[in-house]
Amino acid sequence: MWAAVLVASCVVLGAFFTFIGCLGLVRLKTFYHRVHAPTLGTSFGTLMILLGSVTYFSVTQSRPAVHEALIFVFVSVTTPVTLMLLARAAIYRDRAEKNDNVPSPDGDTEKIVK
Amino acid sequence: MSRVFPHPLLALSLLAIWLLLQQSLSLGQILLGTLVTVLASLAMAALQPARSNVRRAHKFLVLLVLVTLDILRSNVAVTWIILRGRARKETAGFLIVPLKLTDAHGLSLLAFIVTATPGSAWVEYNASRSTVLIHVLDLVDEKAWIDTLKRRYETLLLEIFE
Repeated sequence: MWAAVLVASCVVLGAFFTFIGCLGLVRLKTFYHRVHAPTLGTSFGTLMILLGSVTYFSVTQSRPAVHEALIFVFVSVTTPVTLMLLARAAIYRDRAEKNDNVPSPDGDTEKIVK
Repeated sequence: MSRVFPHPLLALSLLAIWLLLQQSLSLGQILLGTLVTVLASLAMAALQPARSNVRRAHKFLVLLVLVTLDILRSNVAVTWIILRGRARKETAGFLIVPLKLTDAHGLSLLAFIVTATPGSAWVEYNASRSTVLIHVLDLVDEKAWIDTLKRRYETLLLEIFE
């Protein structure tokens, strides 16, 4: 019984964070805003759902199931790579199109360096 | 020894991953895993990756706890921002942070931390100036942001890698 409550709350909480992340993709205005939203799903969304899964399988098979940890490791390690790639592509394009909503490659640092 | 295991840490983690995937600690799996690990290590060595110079490995634990707490906090913060949506004042912006950290492994770990935390994304590292461009979703106080990033993470990473 206690396990069912624990598993259910973990999964619902994880699903909630993932859903908010998806909602953010729709609601936020610019590309640079939207790049932040999916990290909700890949950080605590994934973590909570996996915790639920670990609890469920550890209890029902009465032996520790911990290989879900690998899913978390791989998801967390690969997401930033994708996000950085997308952000760099976006900023490259913005600079090529001379949109002035992004800092130039060596513009604003001038103040800090000197 | 060093010819069979050119990257001992990598080999150990690969073996751990193998055993986790097989969900077994039997002798057969350990032997098979070791074989796979040795082959993968040799393949990795053929690529001649730059060696990392980890000085204080126990600091990784401190880092892990800090990052987990920060990610939890910013999850809640970003959830709030998304839910409030357009009613909220626009506060997102780019931020240029000067860095002392130059080690490639340290930098990639920092990039991972910044990007994995909802609300901040690592956009571009400028090697000639040692600065990094970060996009922050809730940029109210630039100075405070730079300070936290440098104090919380950069000092720790400098201790670990340099």
